[in-house]
Amino acid sequence: MILAERVTKRFGRNTAVREASLTLGAGESVALWGANGAGKTTLIRCVLGLIRFRGRITIGGHDVLRRGKAARLLIGYVPQEIGFHDELGVREAVRHFSRLKGLAPRGAEEALDRVGLSDHASKRVRELSGGMKQRLALAIALLGDPPVLVLDEVTASLDAVGRGEFVALLKRLSGAGRTMLFASHRIDEIGVLAERVAALDKGRLTSVMPCREFLAGLGAGEVLHLALPAPLRERARSALMGAGFDARLNGVGLLVPVTTGRKAAPFRVLAEANIPVDDFEVVGVAARAEEHT
Amino acid sequence: MTALPIALVPVVSARRAPSTARNIATVARRELRDAVRTRWFWLYTLAFASLGLAVSFVSAAGAGGAGLSGFGRTTAGLTNLVLLVVPLMALTAGASSIASDRERGMLAYILAQPITRTELLLGKYVGLGGALFGCIALGIGACSIIMAWMGAPSSPVAMLWMSGLALLLALAMLSLGFLISVLARRSSVAVGTAIFVWLTLAFGTDLALMGGAIALRLRVQSLLALSLVNPLQVFKLWSLHAIEASLDVLGPAGLYATEEYGRGLHLIFGACMGAWIAAPLVLAALLFSRRSPL
Repeated sequence: MILAERVTKRFGRNTAVREASLTLGAGESVALWGANGAGKTTLIRCVLGLIRFRGRITIGGHDVLRRGKAARLLIGYVPQEIGFHDELGVREAVRHFSRLKGLAPRGAEEALDRVGLSDHASKRVRELSGGMKQRLALAIALLGDPPVLVLDEVTASLDAVGRGEFVALLKRLSGAGRTMLFASHRIDEIGVLAERVAALDKGRLTSVMPCREFLAGLGAGEVLHLALPAPLRERARSALMGAGFDARLNGVGLLVPVTTGRKAAPFRVLAEANIPVDDFEVVGVAARAEEHT
Repeated sequence: MTALPIALVPVVSARRAPSTARNIATVARRELRDAVRTRWFWLYTLAFASLGLAVSFVSAAGAGGAGLSGFGRTTAGLTNLVLLVVPLMALTAGASSIASDRERGMLAYILAQPITRTELLLGKYVGLGGALFGCIALGIGACSIIMAWMGAPSSPVAMLWMSGLALLLALAMLSLGFLISVLARRSSVAVGTAIFVWLTLAFGTDLALMGGAIALRLRVQSLLALSLVNPLQVFKLWSLHAIEASLDVLGPAGLYATEEYGRGLHLIFGACMGAWIAAPLVLAALLFSRRSPL
């Protein structure tokens, strides 16, 4: 359904994506995984035909650059955040995008009902919370039941509760044979939604593996998700590696596999190195891996 | 990781993509609604109508009267008002259209839908053009209705000429605004540039033309040709020619134009205005299709 062949995108001297090839079959769900600047969002923009690139991408056989309109008709897209017009109404937004997708605007109510926004249909978009706005974007993405969903860090701006609700909604609505390509730096999200994980590092697609294998590679216990200030992340990783932890960079901080009884140890290491931790979360990888067996 | 040969991938067709005309109409409708809903549309309309009435009072006082002077006699004043207000609103509306959507991340989101860049640009242009037409028609219309109600003589033909020419000027300035909007990265830069362009066209070129005429002893032919380079001057010449039927008030260049080209002046002015509408818009569409929406 999605076919990317030797995709390369340069911004001046910087190569954001280098010779990336990836195939997604019908109904398959693939997560793009990597640190900030790894090229996840750039690859997604290439898939949507928003930016020019070298190589070739087709959606359902339609070249995204030469037959962009036909290709994008097959895609439902949810970005990290949408800057809708302040005065735009919720129902009005759905109707507008229905028309752009060549659908009758009368399906707006049903689309809002699917994502639980029926009660907010007469509100203005600016009155919605971040989570509700993302649900609205999902309702718009699912208009016309497109066979492909493309999501770019869709829960990055949501709090823990909003994130959980949104991922559950995605899980429920993205099934039924829909192909899904999504960028994420959250293991819990990947564990719930992905069948395969494509890892990107400095623009290169370094590996594509089944989700179970990816989760197993993170360790059998749990993973500590540490949010750290950007300038300190590399130093924090070195300190933790020095203390024997297999710390990995992700979008907002570090992922540190920990065993039961040693969950606080990474905090001690970082405190000794005078590195502040903004936030943390413990993700049970073993449970996620079991879901995939 | 190895990909299948492209030729082996089956083509999936869900349904037909919306036609170009439908997409343009959808975007235009949205743009028109947004414009009417926001304050700028009503503020400009109100300002335009109020200033129009003020101009007719001032014209009457200048002619020795004590009240409203009637539409025909206020033509010159209204021409100057249109020259200042219409380009400013069209330039700023056009300049902020694409740039503000880009800044909010909305441009990339819309272009991720089954719509081409040209369709989006044209849809926005048609929508904003419609809003400007509404603004001009309401402004001039309200002005002439109030004048007629107050018992002043009015000229519907002159009002139609004025409205039509003001719309053409608005479309030319809107095209220029779109070009600025496509080139600018930020909305504030786009609007700032639009105001600078407005100042240059409204005041700068007039001063340069006067200075150049004296310093370089320009011939009337050259003076007329240079005037036609500025769309605001084209509007001024055209409206005086159409409504007053004479360009004598403009001095030797006006006399030369009337004697040399006569009724052919409509064609010349129309071609100049047409070029000012089409050229920046085509250039904007070409640049927009090549530039990243991010």
